[in-house]
Amino acid sequence: MSQAVLEPDAAAARGMDLLRFATAGSVDDGKSTLIGRLLFDTKTIFEDQLEAVETASASRGDEYTNLALLTDGLRAEREQGITIDVAYRYFATPRRKFIIADTPGHIQYTRNMVTGASTADLALILVDARKGLVEQSRRHAFLTSLLRVPHLVLCINKMDLVDWDKAVYDKIADEFTSFAAKLDAPDLTIIPISALNGDNIASRSDKSPWYEGPSLLHHLEHVHIASDRNLVDVRFPVQYVIRPQSTTVTDYRGYAGQVASGILKPGDDVMVLPSGLTSKIASIDTADGPVEEAFPPMSVTVRLTDEIDISRGDMICRPNNAPAVAQDIEAMICWMDETAPLRVGGKYTIKHTTRTARTVVRGLQYRLDVNTLHRDESAGELGLNEIGRVKLRTTVPLLADEYRRNRTTGGFILVDESTNRTVGAGMIIEAR
Amino acid sequence: MSQTKPYRVSHLDALEAESIFVMREVMAEFERPVLLFSGGKDSIVMLRLAEKAFAPARIPFPVMHIDTGHNFPEVLEYRDRRVATLGLNLVIASVQEAIDTGLVRELPDGTRNRIQTPVLLAAVEKYRFDALFGGARRDEEKARAKERMFSFRDEFGQWDPKNQRPELWSLYNGRHHPGESIRVFPLSNWTELDVWHYIAKEKIELPSIYYAHEREVVERSGMFYAVNEFIKLRDGETSEVRQVRYRTVGDASQTAAVLSDADTVDKVIDEVAATRITERGATRGDDRVSEAAMEDRKREGYF
Ligand SMILES: Nc1nc2c(ncn2[C@@H]2O[C@H](COP(=O)(O)OP(=O)(O)OP(=O)(O)O)[C@@H](O)[C@H]2O)c(=O)[nH]1
Ligand SMILES: [Mg+2]
Repeated sequence: MSQAVLEPDAAAARGMDLLRFATAGSVDDGKSTLIGRLLFDTKTIFEDQLEAVETASASRGDEYTNLALLTDGLRAEREQGITIDVAYRYFATPRRKFIIADTPGHIQYTRNMVTGASTADLALILVDARKGLVEQSRRHAFLTSLLRVPHLVLCINKMDLVDWDKAVYDKIADEFTSFAAKLDAPDLTIIPISALNGDNIASRSDKSPWYEGPSLLHHLEHVHIASDRNLVDVRFPVQYVIRPQSTTVTDYRGYAGQVASGILKPGDDVMVLPSGLTSKIASIDTADGPVEEAFPPMSVTVRLTDEIDISRGDMICRPNNAPAVAQDIEAMICWMDETAPLRVGGKYTIKHTTRTARTVVRGLQYRLDVNTLHRDESAGELGLNEIGRVKLRTTVPLLADEYRRNRTTGGFILVDESTNRTVGAGMIIEAR
Repeated sequence: MSQTKPYRVSHLDALEAESIFVMREVMAEFERPVLLFSGGKDSIVMLRLAEKAFAPARIPFPVMHIDTGHNFPEVLEYRDRRVATLGLNLVIASVQEAIDTGLVRELPDGTRNRIQTPVLLAAVEKYRFDALFGGARRDEEKARAKERMFSFRDEFGQWDPKNQRPELWSLYNGRHHPGESIRVFPLSNWTELDVWHYIAKEKIELPSIYYAHEREVVERSGMFYAVNEFIKLRDGETSEVRQVRYRTVGDASQTAAVLSDADTVDKVIDEVAATRITERGATRGDDRVSEAAMEDRKREGYF
C-alpha cells in the first residue's frame, strides 16, 4: 500500500484543540474501514501495526488489506468480522488532535454505540450507497440527535460500488435530509466517499467531479466547535472536598470539581444548591497556583469567602441563574439492559453529575419507533435498546437542567441495584 | 461586535482535566483505592496527576508496586525517592516471595509477566483494595483500545470484553459487590506523545534509562536487550555497546531498549513523533506471543 499525501507534523504541537468524534451507522457500512483509512492516510499507523493487519488479512484470505482490523481489536470481533464494542483511536494533524470512538453497527450492541457517541462533538453516520438508509441508520441518526451531538456528517460510502453515480448520492442525501429535519439535527454535512479506496477522505477525489464540498479530513479539521460549549450558565458540581490534614497548610477548605458550564471568577457571587446559601468566590485554585477564570472543561478547586456546609453532590451556580432543584424528572431514556425491561414502578439508583440518589419510575408516556418516529402511548415497558419518555421521582432533589441546554447537568444514568449494571441512559426534558 | 475571548484549553490541558476528574471521582466513591506504580513513565505521570488532583493535600491513597524481581536499579532507586518525597505509603507485592511461598510457579522460560497476575490479585485481596489506578493507555494496544475508563473486574480480577458496562458522558459507574473491583485508567485517552509533551511541560524527572545512554546490549529478533543478570548471552550471541534508551519500562528480562541518541526531553519528543513502530512493538517480547496476547492476559486479571 502506498502512503497518502498528508504530513503528520510533529503531531502534537502543544496548543492544539481537541475534537472527539464517533462513527455510527448500520453493520458493514464501513465504519471501521473508514477509521482505518483515516489513520492510514494521516500516517498514524505504525509499521508493526500495519504488518500485523496485513498478516491477519492474508491469513483470512482477504483480497486486500482489511483496514477494519486496525480497530476491531478483540478476538471475537476479528473472528466474526464485526465490531462489538467501541474502540478508541487517536490521531493528530497540525490543526487538531482527534479522539475517535469507532462504534458497532449491530443492533445488539447499541449501548456501546451510545457510549461512544455520548461524549462526541461530531458523529460520522455511514450509509452503504447500494443499500441506502436502513432502519439502523435511522436509529443511529436519531440517537446522535437525542444525545445532542452538535455536528453530523453523513458519509455515503462504497461509492465505488455504484460507479460514483451522482443520482444515487442525491437520492440518499435527500432522504436523509428530510429525516434529519424531523430530528432537529444540528449542523449537517454530506460527503460521498469510498472508505476502502480512500476517496474524499484525506483529500478530494477526482472520481466525484460533481461533488463540491470538502474532503472528510478537511471538514474534521475545520468544523467550528468553539461555540458548542455553554459559557453562559455557571454550573460547578462539587466532586470532592479538599481539606488537608497538615501542619503546614491549615484551615484550607476547597471544593474540587470540573466546570460543567459557564465562567467562574474570583469575586463572583455564587449560590450553593440544594441549600440555596450564597457566598462569593474567594479564589480558584489549581496545583499550579490560583487562576483568574475557570471554564469548561477545567478541573479546579473553588474556595468561598464564607464557611458554609458543602459536600459532594452539591452545585455551585449563580444566584440569578440556577438549575432546577427537582425530584420529579421527565426524560428520554435509552434502555440498555438485556435481562429485564424498564417498567413503571421499577426502582433504580440514579447517577446525575456528582450526585447519586434512588429513583422510581412513575410513568412511561410513550415508546418511540425510531424508524417512523411514531409514539406508542400504549407501551407498557422499554426493552433492550428501546427509547421512550418516562417520569421519574427521586429520593433527593437533583440539581438539573434540560439536556438540550446542558449535556452535563441534563444527563443521567440508571444503575440496577442488585447487579450494579448500568441499565439506562437518560436525557432530561423537564425537571420540577 | 465586541471581541470575545476564546476560552479554549489546549488538548493537553483537556486531557489533564479529564484525568484529574477521574481520580477525584474514585477518591470520592471508593473506600480503598490504590495507585499501581511501576516507576515507568505512565505511572510517573499518573502520580503527578494525583498530586495535582488533591493539592494542597497529600495524595490520599497508597501506591503499590508489583515487583517481578527483574528490575532496573535506576527505576527502583527512583521509586523509593519519589515515594519518600511525596510521603506516600508504598505496598510492595513481590513475585519472588510468591514463588518462594508456592503461590505461583516460575515458568520454564523464566519470564514473570504472566505470573505477576496472581500476585497482583492476592495483594488486592489481602489489602481489600476496591479501585486500582493503572497507567494503561488505549493507544498502546488493540485490546486496551477497547477498555472503559472504569473497567469492572469480577472477584477473580477478570475482564469480560464482551460484557462491559456502558459508560456515558463522565458518569462513571464504580458500583461493585465485595470482592469485586474496578480498574481505573485515567490516562486512557493519552498517547505516547501526549505523555512526553506533558513530561516536558511539567518538567517531570524520569529514571535515567528513558534517555540515551551507552549500554552493553545483545540483539534478538531485531530488539536490543541489555546484558545483565537477567539476560545472559546465549551460545553464538555476541554483545556490543550501543547508544540506547528505553521507551517502556517493564520486566527487565523482557523489555528491550531502542537505539537512540535522544538524551533530552525535547529530543525524545522529536524521536517519538517520527517513529514508525509502536512502543510495545519495539520493546516488548511478551506481546509478540500471539495476536490476542494482551486480551488473554487481561481476561486473566492483568492490567
Ligand atoms: N467496495 C467497498 N467496500 C467497502 C468500503 N468500505 C468498507 N467496505 C467493506 O465493507 C465491509 C464491512 O466493513 P467494516 O468497516 O467492517 O464495517 P463496519 O461498519 O465497521 O461494521 P460494524 O462495525 O460491524 O457495524 C468490509 O468487507 C469492507 O472491506 C468501500 O468504500 N468500498
Ligand atoms: Mg466496525
